[in-house]
This record gives sequence, C-alpha cells and structure tokens, in this order.
Amino acid sequence: MKNIIRDSVAGFKTLVVGMRVTIDQFFRRPVTVHYPHEALKMPDRYRGHIELVRDPETGKSLCIACKSCEKACPSDCIFVDGLKREGEKRKSATEFTLDFTKCSLCGACVEVCPTDALRFTKSYNLASTQKQSYFFDLMKRMEEQKK
Amino acid sequence: MSGAPLNLTKGPDETFILNLGPQHPATHGVLRIKLTMDGEYVVRAEPVPGYIHRMHEKMGENRTWNQYLPNPSRVDYLSAMAYSHAHVAVAERAAGLEVPPRAEYIRVIVCELNRVSSHLVWLGAFLLDLGGFTPLLYAFDDREMILDLLEGITGSRLTYCYHRFGGVCNDVDDTFVRGTKAFVEHMRPRMKLYRDLVTDNIILRKRLTDIGHISADTCRRYGATGPVIRGSGVPYDVRRNEPYSAYPEFDFDIPVFPEGDCMARYLVRMEEIVQSLRIVEQAIGRLPDGPHIAPKVPKIMKVPPGDYFFATEAARGRFAIRAVSDGKEIPYRIKLRAPSFSNLSLFEEASQGMMLPDALALLGSLDLVIPDIDR
Ligand code: SF4
Ligand code: SF4
Repeated sequence: MKNIIRDSVAGFKTLVVGMRVTIDQFFRRPVTVHYPHEALKMPDRYRGHIELVRDPETGKSLCIACKSCEKACPSDCIFVDGLKREGEKRKSATEFTLDFTKCSLCGACVEVCPTDALRFTKSYNLASTQKQSYFFDLMKRMEEQKK
Repeated sequence: MSGAPLNLTKGPDETFILNLGPQHPATHGVLRIKLTMDGEYVVRAEPVPGYIHRMHEKMGENRTWNQYLPNPSRVDYLSAMAYSHAHVAVAERAAGLEVPPRAEYIRVIVCELNRVSSHLVWLGAFLLDLGGFTPLLYAFDDREMILDLLEGITGSRLTYCYHRFGGVCNDVDDTFVRGTKAFVEHMRPRMKLYRDLVTDNIILRKRLTDIGHISADTCRRYGATGPVIRGSGVPYDVRRNEPYSAYPEFDFDIPVFPEGDCMARYLVRMEEIVQSLRIVEQAIGRLPDGPHIAPKVPKIMKVPPGDYFFATEAARGRFAIRAVSDGKEIPYRIKLRAPSFSNLSLFEEASQGMMLPDALALLGSLDLVIPDIDR
C-alpha cells in the first residue's frame, strides 16, 4: 500500500515536470516558416537540378560538348550534342537536355566538367503532374535567361 | 503486464491473421508483418520484407566505382554518412589511397551529427508509435539544425553524397564550424529537456520497462548490432571493435545497458546522442588544417583485383560493404550488410506471446529503416 502511494506521488511529479517543459516551450518563438508566404534562402551549395553556365565574354555556353558529363552520369540523364563551327577552335554544344525524372542530384556531372560549364540551380518548387515537365532543354533555358 | 498464459497448441481456427503493413504507420515504411493472433496475443509474427527492394547490390555491378557514390546514402537515408563512408573506405583500403587527416575528421564530424539526427528521428517516431505526439516536434526542431548544418556543406538535406574517394567533396567553412559548436552547446540542455519530458515520464517508463526482452544470446544468433545489442549488455561497437577513420583519437564511451528490454534500447540511444556530441566537440575543436581530399585521386577509380571489406558503425548498427574487384572500372560484386535486416530478423522470436501494443513497442525500439532491410 505504502509503495503504491509512493509510486503514485513520484509518478505524478514526473508528469508535472513534463508539463512544465511544455508550458515553457509554449512561450517560445515559433521555429517554423509559413511556406509558401515565406520561404527560406537556399544555401550557396544547394544542389538543385543543373543548368548551363554562360561565358561572360561571348555570352555563349562554356560547354565544349566533350560528353564527359554524359558518361559520368550514373543515371543516363544527360544528352549532349555539339559540332565544330567554322572559324572556332573548339566544339560547342548545340543540344543539351536533362531528364530530371532520373537525376539523383549527385553532382558527378558538375564535378567532371573540364570547363565548369555546369552549375546547380536553387530551384526546388518543381512539382508537376506531367512527366514532360521534367525533360529540361538546358540550351533553351540558358537562351531564355539571356532575355 | 503479461498475464494470460499463451497456448501455442491452439488449432488454426482459433487464431486469426492480422496484417501489419505494408501500409501501416508503425512500420515506418513498406514492411509487412503477418501476425498470427490469439486474441490480443501474438502467436507468430512473420516479417515479409521486399516491398521496397531497389537492387542496390545489383546496381553496384553495372556502374563504375564513381557512379555508385550516390547509392549508399539511399540505402539507409537516415544514416547516409556512415554508409557513404563505408563505400569510399572500402575502395580506399583496396587501392591503398591515403586520406588526409582533415578529411577523416570531417567524416567523423558529419557522421556523428548524422547519428544524432537519426536518433532524433527515431525518438520522435518511436514515441509516436507509443501514442505521444509532442516529443516529435521537439526532436524535429533539433534535427532541423543538423540538417541545416549539413545542407550548408553538402548541398543536400538527406542523401548527402558527400564522400569522395580520398576525402570529401567540399571543405567545411567557418559557418559550419561555428554552427556546429553552437549546436553542441544548444543540444546539451535539450537533453535535460528530453529527460524531463520523456525519459523520466512515468507513463513511458511503465510502457517500456520489462517489455520486449531480447537476450544477448538472441542478438548474437541473429547478428543484431548497434543499439539493439548494446541494450542487451554487449559492448559491441564497430568504432571500438574494428576502429576506423579518426575514431581512435577521440575519447568517448560506448553506452551499454544490460536489461535487454525496450527501455534499455531507448536509454542506449539517448546516451549515444550525448556521446556523439562529445566526439563532435573534440573533433571540431582539434580540426587539423590541410586538404579535404587526397591530392592524387584518379578521376576514374580503379581497384586492384581482390576481395575487400569495410565496416562502419551506422546509427542502426554495423553496416559493411564487401566488394569484389576483378581490376576493371566496374566492381565484380558489391554486397551490403545492412543492420536493420538482422535487427528485424529477431522480431519473430522476440515478439512471441507479446500483446499487440507491446509488440509494436518492441518493433519501434528496433529502429528499423525499411529501405535498409530491402536494399
Ligand atoms: S546530378 Fe548526377 S544524376 Fe543528375 S544529371 Fe548530373 S550526374 Fe546525372
Ligand atoms: S562535361 Fe562540361 S563541357 Fe563536357 S559536355 Fe558536359 S557540360 Fe559540356
């Protein structure tokens, strides 16, 4: 009998202690952000899907269509095609597509590129109900960014 | 708690089958457990894994060493760092690649932070299984800080893919160092909060003490590792028993509780958070200068022919990779030894005769990650 009373008192105390924690926390500032009205800034190294980098001087893509990224990609998401234009020293890309449905955002393509022609974007709002919305034409994307 | 005697000789017509999962909140993923029930009591629990099998081992045989880098972190997404570590380390061991001390320290720091975040997820989810909702919010608040830290250096919040052969892909910056120190400071008083709110709580104590007993012998027979075996009194920890990376340079204890019940496993994990914080604090305080990746790493990893093995202590126990190479760019065979698989396999034996809610407590205390079981 004595034990039961002692246990009940001790047990009740733990509940009061726990309740105090809850009450303390009740007066704390909220830790969440009201997305989508507010959004957090993505860190510099955030790995979103890849995009092509433009040469600041010529305004063209830095890609030399060497296909290293295509080969390095574990998931076969990249397709690059290029040609050597008249009067140019190096090849340049004519087509660059990304199949984002298969991309694992591993970064192998960015790391392997000899001319630093690829970078990660910070986009994460990519929800869609259509598969087509994940086939990115990165050449077109870069052209559109110019405007 | 136990009470009614269990009659295992009952005919099939007096028992019934209850499917737990594959879509059940308490299985935390797509695990199915076929329960043969006698009223409220479990007669037999037959785990049916395989619903999320993604052929990670087979994928290892059809892509180069480098292309396999993103895979290990997807096997156990909550403890990704330890998994990636095992993968790069097995190749480094095979190729005789020297890893700079700074890289080893960074690997230890991120792995321990990852362990803390993994245990916090377990804490929230486990208490959710038991019917307590609030602690999940506290645990995720703390976990969020770790994810922010790791996102800052790796660029990702869960499947980091941070390790590279010979080091890590990005060096840590001042923001990370400062943030990590601040996190350790922040987390110490939080442990007291968890003790007040959860650990000492009479309801939790009554719910977990003497429930789901697993003997050390059972753990050994099934190959259970991690907090499960340490909660049964066996001080087995890969960081101590097969030291790797920079772990021998740090001072930390291996928490062991001999009771073998759910409470013991609970206490092991809570104490492990404290120990991980100790390791992180020492490592970040003594972080050596130097490169974060070995200078001469071949662009395409090639491993001399042979049979290699490397084990790490992940949040759920011993994760090991066995890699067989025939000298080509692509491994001949990759075998993953996942801790959750062994930890699950003892459930059938350990849950016999338990009441259903207690069996769920036992399942939660094993801290299973289903993709880790199925691989
Ligand atoms: S991030 Fe990885 S998976 Fe995605 S395109 Fe680049 S190499 Fe392929
Ligand atoms: S690796 Fe770089 S330069 Fe080569 S094809 Fe890819 S983006 Fe272009």
